[in-house]
Amino acid sequence: MSTYDKLLDVQRVTAVFHIGSIIGGTRLVAVNDVSFSLDRTRPEIFTLAGESGSGKTTLARLLLHDLEPTSGAVIFEGRDLATIKSRKDTLEFMKKVQPVFQNPFETFSPLRRVEDYLYDTAINFGRAKNRRMASVVVDEALHLVGLSLEEVTRRYPHELSGGQLQRVSVARALIPQPRLLLADEPVSMVDASLRMAIVNLFRKLRDEQQVSVIYITHDLATAYYISDRIAIMLRGLVVESGPVNEVLDRPLHPYTQVLKESVPEPVPEQRAQWIRPIDLGTTEVKEYARIGCKFAGRCPRVMDICRQTNPPDIHVEGRIVKCYLYQGQESS
Amino acid sequence: MALLSVQNLRAYYRTEVYGISRIVRAVDGVSLELQRNEIYGLAGESSCGKTTLIKVISGTIKPPLRVEEGKVHYQFGSFEIDMLHISPEDLRRNVRWKEISYIMQGSMSVLNPVRRVITTFYDIVTTHQGYTDRKAFLGQVRAHISKLGLPPDVLNLYPHQLSGGMRQRVAIALATIFQPSLIIADEPTTALDVVVQRGVLQMLKEIQAESNNTVLLVTHDLAVHANVADRVAIMYAGRIVEEAPTSLIFNAPRHPYTQHLIRSLPMIGDRSSRASLPGAPPNLANPPGGCRFHPRCPHVMDICRVEVPEMMTLPGNQRVACHLLAEGRR
Ligand SMILES: Nc1ncnc2c1ncn2[C@@H]1O[C@H](COP(=O)(O)OP(=O)(O)OP(=O)(O)O)[C@@H](O)[C@H]1O
Ligand SMILES: Nc1ncnc2c1ncn2[C@@H]1O[C@H](COP(=O)(O)OP(=O)(O)OP(=O)(O)O)[C@@H](O)[C@H]1O
Ligand SMILES: [Mg+2]
Ligand SMILES: [Mg+2]
Repeated sequence: MSTYDKLLDVQRVTAVFHIGSIIGGTRLVAVNDVSFSLDRTRPEIFTLAGESGSGKTTLARLLLHDLEPTSGAVIFEGRDLATIKSRKDTLEFMKKVQPVFQNPFETFSPLRRVEDYLYDTAINFGRAKNRRMASVVVDEALHLVGLSLEEVTRRYPHELSGGQLQRVSVARALIPQPRLLLADEPVSMVDASLRMAIVNLFRKLRDEQQVSVIYITHDLATAYYISDRIAIMLRGLVVESGPVNEVLDRPLHPYTQVLKESVPEPVPEQRAQWIRPIDLGTTEVKEYARIGCKFAGRCPRVMDICRQTNPPDIHVEGRIVKCYLYQGQESS
Repeated sequence: MALLSVQNLRAYYRTEVYGISRIVRAVDGVSLELQRNEIYGLAGESSCGKTTLIKVISGTIKPPLRVEEGKVHYQFGSFEIDMLHISPEDLRRNVRWKEISYIMQGSMSVLNPVRRVITTFYDIVTTHQGYTDRKAFLGQVRAHISKLGLPPDVLNLYPHQLSGGMRQRVAIALATIFQPSLIIADEPTTALDVVVQRGVLQMLKEIQAESNNTVLLVTHDLAVHANVADRVAIMYAGRIVEEAPTSLIFNAPRHPYTQHLIRSLPMIGDRSSRASLPGAPPNLANPPGGCRFHPRCPHVMDICRVEVPEMMTLPGNQRVACHLLAEGRR
């Protein structure tokens, strides 16, 4: 498949942050040599899940051209994002790739009314010429997420609940009619029913509007429900990726296994299992800086080699796993 | 005697924009009791008033929020307080941190990014209750932290050096240092991965089991309630529609809203379609009359449109506000 067949092609991207003082500081590889691609003609929902602080949001920033990779490249519709410089190109790109962020309180300035963001988006991206015409577009987008213009009119962010605000930001992202939606924890602040409304909406956008979605979430049950493929991140690395049912029905990487086992089930009778004590990593920086597999310090199946070198990508059982346990079992 | 008794509480946001006044009826007739030594889970619609209810219960009411009606009464051992009439001074000196700790929604940001964890906490505590002996205080904090199995060096780090889960565990540890009678946690694990969430909630449960106090845990995540709570209350549009021991909520929900919520939960291994509720969520500035759920209820009857259903207590300590029960149809 040439790059041209791809909507998005992420080629070995790495993002390094320097934290602390210049002298005593450390390097933190927040995204570490990550590659994957999305097909151009077959839209899909691709989930990024994994540990808190593992680099998911940073990866999303790279894909949104909001952060330059330290190395590697992000290609969208055949064009390297690094070459997008002019205002016109940027606007054109933003029209096709729209974000929905994790914390809606940070997305919206407390000093602006939320409806103004929606009107601006409709006008800036050419969906409407003026405010009056935009109101139709805005109301339509709000209805898709279970709100109405009447409800948000004249309101400031603090006058809406977290869930309402999050739905407003999904509505805003839909206004330019994007090809790719980058949704960073779009449902973490909403109730179970709305959660289904939003993920069902993603499914509908994929099936009926040809929109691909990169869905970043901690909610593996909704990930299983809507996505086609999933990538599990740990300390900057994608440690396991493949079709969502393969990966979540039978996780191979010991971290994915712990992750799946920790998903709470809505069954009170099974709680004894879930509240069994578990081992957590402590400070982020330490695990990021670890030599060898980042999970070695907590892995129930750790071997000597895991503490010495980083495990390579191993292709096994229809997916890619970074774990020495599967060395020698590669499928061709 | 219950630790906390809330009676017919109404708390509204009254705002005025461009001469148009708006009243958001965020808490509108809530009654509940929290017992000693229990974990009480509160779930419900987004924006149904959970955080508002907690603000009133914890005495952190600020305009435009106003209590219109009702009682919030605490019985801490031998001393009791009326939360709606307590002086701010009394609240700060004798109640906050000592009797009631409130871990706010988004509390990850409570820790000051440019100060060490311990310094932030010392500041919070001193402003709240004039604690002066720094050395004794530090000793107490260290002992508490290590008892909970957290590494003692976390106190000397800056918040950004801690993982999100560790930050949240530190926040909970610090909030429980004076062994409060009531710990209120609003969405304490929403931003965390499930492994870390599990660790944080385990810690919260251990603290509760050890000191036999009461935890009020607010989260959307029903699966969390299934694993942690002793009782669960479900809120819809400013009111509690159902409350019951956890296993009844999940195995025999009686209110159509609860029934819908439980059915809408996806599970790994099952991709069958899950529906969301039809219709729009209620607008609390102009809520539907009668039962607030009636426009979206699959079992709606004429009476639901005009009369607010009373809370009825069923066997097994299950409380439900739904006309279907009075009609004896379910
Ligand atoms: N601008 C920045 N400067 C320095 N470090 C950063 C910056 N942004 C993120 N980091 C660090 O990079 C790591 C990855 O962060 P990121 O926000 O991408 O994780 P995440 O997977 O989105 O986490 P979460 O699940 O909590 O949202 C973390 O250790 C974080 O503290
Ligand atoms: N300062 C305010 N001024 C006006 N209205 C407000 C204010 N704060 C909250 N509201 C409104 O009060 C209602 C209840 O909000 P609240 O934050 O209590 O809901 P919640 O149940 O905690 O929601 P979430 O699940 O999203 O956290 C919402 O309709 C919200 O828009
Ligand atoms: Mg993130
Ligand atoms: Mg809230």
